[in-house]
Amino acid sequence: MTTGTNHSDSIKGKFFGGKGTLQEESLPSTKVLRRFLKHPGALVGSIVLGGLILAVLLGSLSPYSPVNSNIVERLQPPSLRHLMGTDALGRDLLTRILFGGRISLTVGLLVVAITLAIGVTVGAVSGYAGGWIDNVLMRITDASLTLPSLLVLILLSTILREVEMPFFEKNNVLTISIVIGLLSWMTFARLVRAAFLTLREMDYVTAARSLGASHSRVVLVHILPNAIGPIIVESTLQLGYAIIEESGLSFLGFGIQQPIPSWGNLLSNAQENFVHYPWLAIFPGLMIFLAIISVNYIGDGLRDAFDPYKVLVKIGEV
Amino acid sequence: MVQFILRRLIQAAFIMFLLSVLFFALVNLVPGGPLAGYGGGRHMPPEQAAILRRQLGLDNPLPLQYVVWMFGNDWMNVKTNATTSGTGNGIRLGILRGDFGFSYHTRQPVLTVIGERIPNTLYLMGVTLLVALVIAIPAGILSAVRQYSFFDISVTTFSFAGQAIPDFWLGLILIIVFYAWLKNPITGDSLLPAGGILTIGVPFSVLDALQHLILPVATGALGWIAWYSRFLRSSMLDVIHQDYLRTARAKGLSQQAVIFKHALRNALIPLVTLFALDLPYIFSGAVFIETIFAWPGMGRLYYQAAQQRDYPVLLAVLIIGASMIILSNLLADVFYAFLDPRIRYS
Repeated sequence: MTTGTNHSDSIKGKFFGGKGTLQEESLPSTKVLRRFLKHPGALVGSIVLGGLILAVLLGSLSPYSPVNSNIVERLQPPSLRHLMGTDALGRDLLTRILFGGRISLTVGLLVVAITLAIGVTVGAVSGYAGGWIDNVLMRITDASLTLPSLLVLILLSTILREVEMPFFEKNNVLTISIVIGLLSWMTFARLVRAAFLTLREMDYVTAARSLGASHSRVVLVHILPNAIGPIIVESTLQLGYAIIEESGLSFLGFGIQQPIPSWGNLLSNAQENFVHYPWLAIFPGLMIFLAIISVNYIGDGLRDAFDPYKVLVKIGEV
Repeated sequence: MVQFILRRLIQAAFIMFLLSVLFFALVNLVPGGPLAGYGGGRHMPPEQAAILRRQLGLDNPLPLQYVVWMFGNDWMNVKTNATTSGTGNGIRLGILRGDFGFSYHTRQPVLTVIGERIPNTLYLMGVTLLVALVIAIPAGILSAVRQYSFFDISVTTFSFAGQAIPDFWLGLILIIVFYAWLKNPITGDSLLPAGGILTIGVPFSVLDALQHLILPVATGALGWIAWYSRFLRSSMLDVIHQDYLRTARAKGLSQQAVIFKHALRNALIPLVTLFALDLPYIFSGAVFIETIFAWPGMGRLYYQAAQQRDYPVLLAVLIIGASMIILSNLLADVFYAFLDPRIRYS
């Protein structure tokens, strides 16, 4: 994680000195896209993730109900009728996985939105304002990083299970997303702060300021767009992280509650009889694995696409 | 340096104070109060609940409760009997002196409950991390030295996959394969046990202990192997591109001397910090692995305490866990300065 910067630092000098192609740094988005598509892992990852999302959206076409039980068909192994078998209540596992995927992916996207909102704000204010504001915000960030996050997540959801409020009842999608989001914005804050620290010293920012641009305009129009690369990369990784957090929490029984399926609580449900009916454990976990690995590959591809130095190192030009 | 450590210690103490207030407030803000889970959540007659609240001091204002929880009440005048009006010094010592109260579930002192579990977690996580490092460090070095070789590509691919496999899923899969499917050819029993530290009712044997270790360690280690081999690979690649390594080669040093004496030493330094930063994930790994493999450690204790809403235990594990993380971060910073003389704290 930390080595990335060192690495580019060490070769930056050679790169600028040797070729002098500074414009490589300000690539138009088409070039980023072209480089992204050249990354085989990222391409396969995008296809797999796209397929997963499509399948999840088409889940309603399934002839089976994701919630209603059908005791006659309980614990059927995978067959043509039930491609992934059925669970202890006779519900079609594939249907439940598709509906569970909606929940898991929604939580993932919501967490990304929440962490972006908190992290980018904290990071931008911290990096742009500097001084004691920076100091206070960064100490809060450091303190949050030292939290044993899973333990706190479990505590929070134990408590929230007792709370009855509109919108937040019984650990629903929104509650779980907020809880996870509150515990994972710190990487964004640090990333954005670091970007702002360098960017605010740039001449064009001084120029914009002296032309009378307000602070908010400078931050939103001049600095933030230039920090977009790392933010996008981190967002994809955050998506994978959020999916794994939600499924872990639901696996332990503290996340999304039955009968609403999520990939995590399907695995949790399987725990009672997965030894004799292994498909109950194999398929939901496989979905989590596929989602995470494709998201990670996409993140990797995006990082290479946004960071020309690294690509050059890979090709062996530096 | 001393000044730096002192400043960090004060900072750490302040953060711990804030966290303790936060955790304490959270637990006491639960609807129904912290007693909601007392006695397995059975309904309690209101009079009895009132007596219990007075006994546990839960009828005091929250700030006072916090002070008692933190510093004890043996130095202040409190009501000693829940029903009569007698007063005297309290008996609680407060968490600063190691008194975390009593578990609502087992009625044992929390510290005793935790004390029984800590060695099991240290044992499991220690072996897991040891196995992970023993595999990841050579793999990472070789991968970096032979960049883009078949070996390197395999390691990189594996580490990508390894990081994407949730440990709670891997644990279930390993149980399916090694407990349900594969059988010992001689006895016909399952090849490996699906849980526990030792077989109950059988005299202790090293073989038995090892058999119980294999699956939980494999489950826990895979992710760490993936993460550390990947990290060490990029750390080594960083170092390999440095000028002083070219100098070392130009001096005519052998490849081995260059890699092990010059490159590896420097590549390992970031691992120290990484290790400290990873402690929270070691905790969460312990929760999953101990729950799946019925391993009587801290992680499973926390999981059970959360299910039973045993708040004194939850609070104690959180406070101890957070202190360990903060302390290890501090140690890593100090240690880092010893390892890398280029770093000076001002």
